[in-house]
Amino acid sequence: MKASFKKTLKQAATVALSAAMTLGLAGQAVAKEDPLKVAFVYVGPVSDAGWTFGHDEGRKEMIEKLEGKVETTFVESVAEGADAARVIRKLAQQGNDLIFTTSFGFMNPTLKVAKQFPKVKFHHATGYKRSDNVSTYAARFYEGRYVTGLIAGKMTKSNVIGYVGSFPIPEVVQGINAFTLGLKETNPDATVKVVWINSWYDPAKEREAAEALIAQGADIINQHTDSPAPVQAAQDKGVFAFGYDTDMAKFGPDAHLTGSLVHWGDYYADVAKSVLNDNWEANDTWGGINTGMVKMAPYNKAIPADVVALAEKARAGIASGDLVIFEGPIKAQDGSEKVADGVKLEDKDILSMNWYVQGVEGKLPTN
Amino acid sequence: MDIELITNILFAMVRSGTPLLLVALGEVVCEKSGVLNLGQEGMMLMGAVTGFIVALTTGSLALGVLAAMLAGVLMSALFGMIALGLRANQVATGLALTIFGAGLSAFIGADFVGKPLVGFAPIAIPVLSDIPVIGPALFQQDILVYLSLVLLVLVWLFFRVTRAGLIVKAIGENPWSAVTLGLPVLRVRWLAVAFGGALAGMGGAYLSLAYTPLWAEGMTAGRGWIALSLVVFASWRIGRILLGAWLFGLASILHLVFQGMGVDMSSNLLATLPYLATIVVLVILSSKQSRIRLMAPMSLGKPFHPAG
Repeated sequence: MKASFKKTLKQAATVALSAAMTLGLAGQAVAKEDPLKVAFVYVGPVSDAGWTFGHDEGRKEMIEKLEGKVETTFVESVAEGADAARVIRKLAQQGNDLIFTTSFGFMNPTLKVAKQFPKVKFHHATGYKRSDNVSTYAARFYEGRYVTGLIAGKMTKSNVIGYVGSFPIPEVVQGINAFTLGLKETNPDATVKVVWINSWYDPAKEREAAEALIAQGADIINQHTDSPAPVQAAQDKGVFAFGYDTDMAKFGPDAHLTGSLVHWGDYYADVAKSVLNDNWEANDTWGGINTGMVKMAPYNKAIPADVVALAEKARAGIASGDLVIFEGPIKAQDGSEKVADGVKLEDKDILSMNWYVQGVEGKLPTN
Repeated sequence: MDIELITNILFAMVRSGTPLLLVALGEVVCEKSGVLNLGQEGMMLMGAVTGFIVALTTGSLALGVLAAMLAGVLMSALFGMIALGLRANQVATGLALTIFGAGLSAFIGADFVGKPLVGFAPIAIPVLSDIPVIGPALFQQDILVYLSLVLLVLVWLFFRVTRAGLIVKAIGENPWSAVTLGLPVLRVRWLAVAFGGALAGMGGAYLSLAYTPLWAEGMTAGRGWIALSLVVFASWRIGRILLGAWLFGLASILHLVFQGMGVDMSSNLLATLPYLATIVVLVILSSKQSRIRLMAPMSLGKPFHPAG
């Protein structure tokens, strides 16, 4: 009995061992299959603490999610224009299967190179030109800004909100309008003052703009520029602020109410998966809160619970599609009806938005 | 415009003008000795990143400022070796220094991006800071602002009353005559270049430790160039550098304030005003007669070789 038990044990061990070996071999076989080579082209340095940083975080998250199945490279600080084509072409020649080009100015170079490498899949961020092997993607930043507008309406005492803008282009104007619509929803008397600094990134100028707005009575600062300088200015002056892109709370623990964050990781992982599963096809993605591409930064303790509930309800509504931000009636700045009752703005109208809603002060500069 | 707004504008004007004042003050000393160092932007960036890293790791803002000044001096020594030691073209060397500083600062600072730091807090001087309108602007600032004003007075006195100041000017006007008088031309120029480096580093530290306490690549955003044009705008007069720094600061604040007030004026046009003023000065400077009148150092930018 004892002997046979030992034998059984031995047999079991052998079986287990061989099974393990088979599994191990199988595991090796899977690993031997070449990983998907994915390349990223960045317009700025990965250390910009803003736009490019966000994309690189997305790349890292994709690697984490698809461990061992992808191999990535990136090229940073690539100038928009002719030289971009050279960089993209080189990446395609190096055998990358999937290439993400992450700035608007890479649009034409991406299409040009895509034509020469029909088997390589390309994804271009924030552009509008596609082809059989070029997809486009962008995030509906404005959805998060609507939520911040709701909060601003409840938190302001002076009823003046300052908004530090970069360039008067549709992407930024959408944000200002969505924010103002949210603001008016909770506080019809409040107005938005916009200051343009004509730069995406100039910490000192951003701070000056924030201070100029605070000097003119703004007690909440919102921003569509890339550095945390406006949040710092708000912290020093004892007013509130909303961050952007990344969680800026550490730059103004008291001032930072929340912010709309962009999150590319899920999208990058999904795209890579579709290529791995052989069901990739060119498309256009404009993801918002519903796809997890736009998220809210943690809410500051200073926001009362009922206001947080209100913001969360709106967020859920946007995610489910019950709440459509650009749905009429919407009045233009001069009070005239811009969007009729019940009409929803189409994406193409949102993408070309060049007018202010009622409640925004000042004239929209024309380029 | 109410009183409070004007007070706020003046306050912001002084703050926004301070980095320009520091950098321009260093450069004017350098240029008075006859050396044109266009590497201000690179030295500022190196100062900003070094100051930030040292302040963050040691917890001492003062050490941060000192380290920033040292970084500026080291950068300027590099310039000195090439432009003074090897007598290379000063314009090309300075430009190379700017490119080098921008790249190197980004490299060293990569791990420090997005880290928060508590910067210099304002120190209100009792009684004086209560003066209406100008009180906060002049007497409710951080220590670096006060320091920049003290340095301004010292540099002014240096050129006004000291023999050493006269020697620097003489060397800037005509190094060949100076050398026949037995003046140590190269040594003086080295010192002037190092002083310029130290103040450029301090100007960078003002941005990364006081104005916007953070490090981000390229955070000076061209202020080194503005400071360079400020020296020309001030036509090498120390008092006018202060005036110019505040004017440039005011111009950059006003176009933001006007926007907030809804004044219908192109903000881009307002933002160009300081540069327009500089171009006008440069045009005036293009004739030799007016150069003499405007006190441009006559040997500015020319390499000096004792033998010829």
